[in-house]
Amino acid sequence: MSDRDPYAYDSKIEGNIIFTQLDTAINWMRSNSLWPMPMGLACCAIELMAAGAARFDIARFGAEVMRFSPRQADVMIVAGTVTYKMALAVKRIYDQMADPKWVIAMGACASSGGMYRSYAVLQGIDHLIPVDVYVSGCPPRPEALLDGLMRLQKKIMGEHSFLEQKKELLASI
Amino acid sequence: MKLPDVAEALTSRFGAGVAGRVEFRGETTLLLQPEALRPVCEFCRDELGFNFLLDISSIDNFEHEPRYEVVYELYSLGNGLHLRLKTTATEDEPEVPTVCDLWPTANWHEREVWDMMGIRFARHPDLRRIIMWDGYPYHPLRKDFPLEGKFSDVPDVAFTEPAPLAGGPFVTAPVKGTTEVREPRARRAGDLPPEQAFIAEP
Repeated sequence: MSDRDPYAYDSKIEGNIIFTQLDTAINWMRSNSLWPMPMGLACCAIELMAAGAARFDIARFGAEVMRFSPRQADVMIVAGTVTYKMALAVKRIYDQMADPKWVIAMGACASSGGMYRSYAVLQGIDHLIPVDVYVSGCPPRPEALLDGLMRLQKKIMGEHSFLEQKKELLASI
Repeated sequence: MKLPDVAEALTSRFGAGVAGRVEFRGETTLLLQPEALRPVCEFCRDELGFNFLLDISSIDNFEHEPRYEVVYELYSLGNGLHLRLKTTATEDEPEVPTVCDLWPTANWHEREVWDMMGIRFARHPDLRRIIMWDGYPYHPLRKDFPLEGKFSDVPDVAFTEPAPLAGGPFVTAPVKGTTEVREPRARRAGDLPPEQAFIAEP
């Protein structure tokens, strides 16, 4: 054990046991196995595919398991222009996702309507569903999406999920 | 058969039904009376060999009468000829006869014109909206429809809200400069040129 880092895990002393908080352990598991629901609606979806392919490899962050069923997904990546015709379908898919769930608004259109200030386009998916991370760009580079994903991971690591659930439970009885 | 021959054949056969003829850069446009549209189309397809309907589009001459024009782009695959037919529809009675039975491809083209411009096609077999959803109350390509849209709501299907234009419309600037200078933003007549008006964030 070094002097600089006295709390580091020492396998000789502690064996295969790690002491931590339940919240931290849950958040660690959640943030490193974010299964995306690829809501690819326009050209951003091409960059999303690039982020999933070998060069950028979203698997490095545990998010390579694109689930086309919302019931198996943790994070919805809204990649592209959300038209009013599509808007309620997106919301319906979001509603079908199991909690806990997160949303990344990828690109200008999903974040704010982008260059489509018109009668046909929803001016940002946050009019319908709560968004955790906005990624700028038109379309964003895969690196930008990965940065957004890492920020989402950081956000999840700061959540007090177990405590919140316990409070909710106590409040309900 | 060449294009002038086609135009001659149509004018001599239909007389006053062909109200005008425009030649522009080798393209021929015939202006038709609404009641002459069907017979002219039938004649074009059966006698002149125009077996392909490329497109149907529409024009809104807002505040002029007749307000609407419907444009038919015909093509003859056998002769390699392209003919444009135009007919009119009034604001009070925006209706023209369908050509679905002549060229089946007209079905969806006419549905699109009905959806976006609100021109009805008489005796169309299935005149529903094709791009906007059933129940949407407007025809967005009409000149009196604002770019930002209007409020509408069809429960469980779709809703719309006016978009914030912030003095827009948002347009890109066709100038030299960085993407920041050229990016879509609200620009009005009398504004400074974009490269002068734009001040970069420090």
